[in-house]
Amino acid sequence: MDIQFTEEQELLRSSVQRLLRDRYDFDARRKIVASEDGFSRKHWAEFAELGLLAAPFSEAAGGLGGGPLSTMIIMQEFGRRLVVEPFVETVVVAGGLLEQAGSDAQQQAYIADIIAGTKLWALAWTERGSRFDLATVTTAARREGNDYVLTGEKTAVMAAPWADHLIVSARTSGHRHDRGGVSLFVVDRRAANLDLQSFRTIDGRRAAEISLRGVRGELLGGEGEGVAALEACRNRAIGALCAEAVGAIGELNDATLDYSKTRKQFGVTIGSFQVLQHRMVDMFIAHQEALSLMQHLSLSLSDDEAGISRLVSGAKSKIGYAGKFVADQAVQLHGGMGMTDELNVGHYFKRISSINIQFGDPAYHVLRFAQLDAVA
Amino acid sequence: MELALSPEDAAFRDEVRAFIKDNYPAEMRVPNPETDLSKEQMLLWHRILHEKGWIAPLWPKEYGGPGWSITRRFIFEQETTRAGTMPPLAFSVTMVGPVIYTFGNAAQKAKFLPRILSGEDWWCQGYSEPGSGSDLATVRTKAVRDGDHYIVNGHKTWTTLAQHADWIFCLVRTDPAAKPQSGISFLLIDMKSPGVTVRPIITIDGSHEVNDVFLENVRVPAENLIGEENKGWTYAKFLLGNERTSMAGIGRSTRYIARLKKIVKAEIPEDDPAHLEFIRDIARVELDVLALEATELRVVAQMARGIDPGPAASLFKIRGTEIFQNITELTHRAMGNDGLAIREHPVSANRFMPGPDYGRTASEKYLNSRKLSIYGGSNEIQRNIIAKAVLGL
Repeated sequence: MDIQFTEEQELLRSSVQRLLRDRYDFDARRKIVASEDGFSRKHWAEFAELGLLAAPFSEAAGGLGGGPLSTMIIMQEFGRRLVVEPFVETVVVAGGLLEQAGSDAQQQAYIADIIAGTKLWALAWTERGSRFDLATVTTAARREGNDYVLTGEKTAVMAAPWADHLIVSARTSGHRHDRGGVSLFVVDRRAANLDLQSFRTIDGRRAAEISLRGVRGELLGGEGEGVAALEACRNRAIGALCAEAVGAIGELNDATLDYSKTRKQFGVTIGSFQVLQHRMVDMFIAHQEALSLMQHLSLSLSDDEAGISRLVSGAKSKIGYAGKFVADQAVQLHGGMGMTDELNVGHYFKRISSINIQFGDPAYHVLRFAQLDAVA
Repeated sequence: MELALSPEDAAFRDEVRAFIKDNYPAEMRVPNPETDLSKEQMLLWHRILHEKGWIAPLWPKEYGGPGWSITRRFIFEQETTRAGTMPPLAFSVTMVGPVIYTFGNAAQKAKFLPRILSGEDWWCQGYSEPGSGSDLATVRTKAVRDGDHYIVNGHKTWTTLAQHADWIFCLVRTDPAAKPQSGISFLLIDMKSPGVTVRPIITIDGSHEVNDVFLENVRVPAENLIGEENKGWTYAKFLLGNERTSMAGIGRSTRYIARLKKIVKAEIPEDDPAHLEFIRDIARVELDVLALEATELRVVAQMARGIDPGPAASLFKIRGTEIFQNITELTHRAMGNDGLAIREHPVSANRFMPGPDYGRTASEKYLNSRKLSIYGGSNEIQRNIIAKAVLGL
């Protein structure tokens, strides 16, 4: 059950670590976040060069065939360095959907550009009122010749301002909550009649509210099969986000422990106080458990095990609560410094808070975990 | 969740599973085995395992262990706990046995080890004293050398199942002048010796598990000293290390969660305002078990590759006990009004208990499991251990 990494996987991990150590320290990240774009095309090109953007794709699709385990390895390291570039959105989410649901022509047209690092993608599935439900969709798609025309509003589309293409969920039949009436469409982000209101997210990234007023879309996968495709996509995305959270949790624990050994109050280091020692033990345990569950999840995703959705929800909530606990305590133990923008701790706090919202929060997923048990 | 097993190990797992199914004594399947069985009943499974050669998975082959790999030991542990079998007496097999074969002399090994394996000797643990709980180094029970004997005087407490015991292994102070840790010896005492008195302590669940053991001028042959005089602390720490392994209790927690779900389904209507809270709390504790199980498998796989697990045992002790306490509390709460009732102490003639069978032991389990975070080194002590050994604080 423990992952004994192959030589290839170890190599992947160490090369990501090396690249980020050399090119992505906290100051470099700060500059990237503060830049006009809010992310770095140069770094993205380096990720491509290193093969990271190819790693999870199957060999048939032109990738390296690393699957969910390679995603886990990359995302854990990205979590440790708070990488802002849209790896989850472009490679894991959109890339995964294209590989899973795309026609041969679509795969050829789009995946190579993702792997080469020349095109960025985002997934527009959330709407006002949909909250975390994949099937609640009011954006409408009407057939026109070989194409479809999309009308509606999408909210909180992560990385949309950076994207060249969007995958949009829209209703081809049925009422607001009908699972069977949702389809997916590839849309050019710069298409006519597409309005995009960009905004900054709490974790220093960019997202957008998107308004579609008769935008041409190209069907991705079968008509009415959108929700099933999105569920599988969400499973992979959550696998990636869990790994990222575990990386961030580990960094927060290291930073907090280091700080407690140097920061003095009342003439002694604060790490000598038992109440703080026990707190940090609980943070350590939270990290160990989250790490174990992350590995278990990634292995199960690799094997495409039955009942994977239940495990995905379980891991999202358990790791979400662990992340929340560790992030809260890391800020608390850093005292006033933990509140500053200058120190990295608050930025991990914000990223974990953002991860906890995306694709469903811990409270949503713990109840989904319970519901799926009743079904089984 | 399973370890990835080789075909040989998978066959071994099937063998263990089948053996339990065919051989576990029906009369040991009582509502609360820990408190409801007589000594002889408790030993039934022990004797069956002994005959099979499976009684002491931890022991080296030369002393009567089965010679299993770490993976097989784990499989055995997993299968026996999942099946809800009562584990062999830990004080004998897991605790004093390894001390004797590691630090004892040839005569002690020959005398005691076979009787531990067969179940002929029942051991109890003389560590805690009224003034010495988690801080064991303050042991005050005195052993004074008198020719080829020690004269022992003192008071041991919280001695689990001492009422059944043939022998007690004791920490005794042999050098009152030395620093606390360095004047302690490890002494084996025959419970039938004159001067040994056992007095029951009834715990909040009404059961008789623990005892006071009074030692008054007990003459103990010097040949019952383990290792060297005044080196007992070393042996005691070794033993505690063994005690804390396998405290994750995954199999037991998994069985109790399954039962808890049935109880909630039967007891709490969906329109009860608390229904959703139970659903959520159960899901959360189930995820706690899943994460701990994944951690246990990770550690086992590392150990099988020769990686030292470090103080992982402390992590398992903390989380395993917190989880089980939570499950028994939820179960008790789920029983609602029936949670007011508790089975009579065995001395009473009234055996009536209201409510359905599945709730019969909810109150006593809830109460009894409060001990888990206290014994075996309290959970606060375990946190101290991790803080020091892992975090370097």
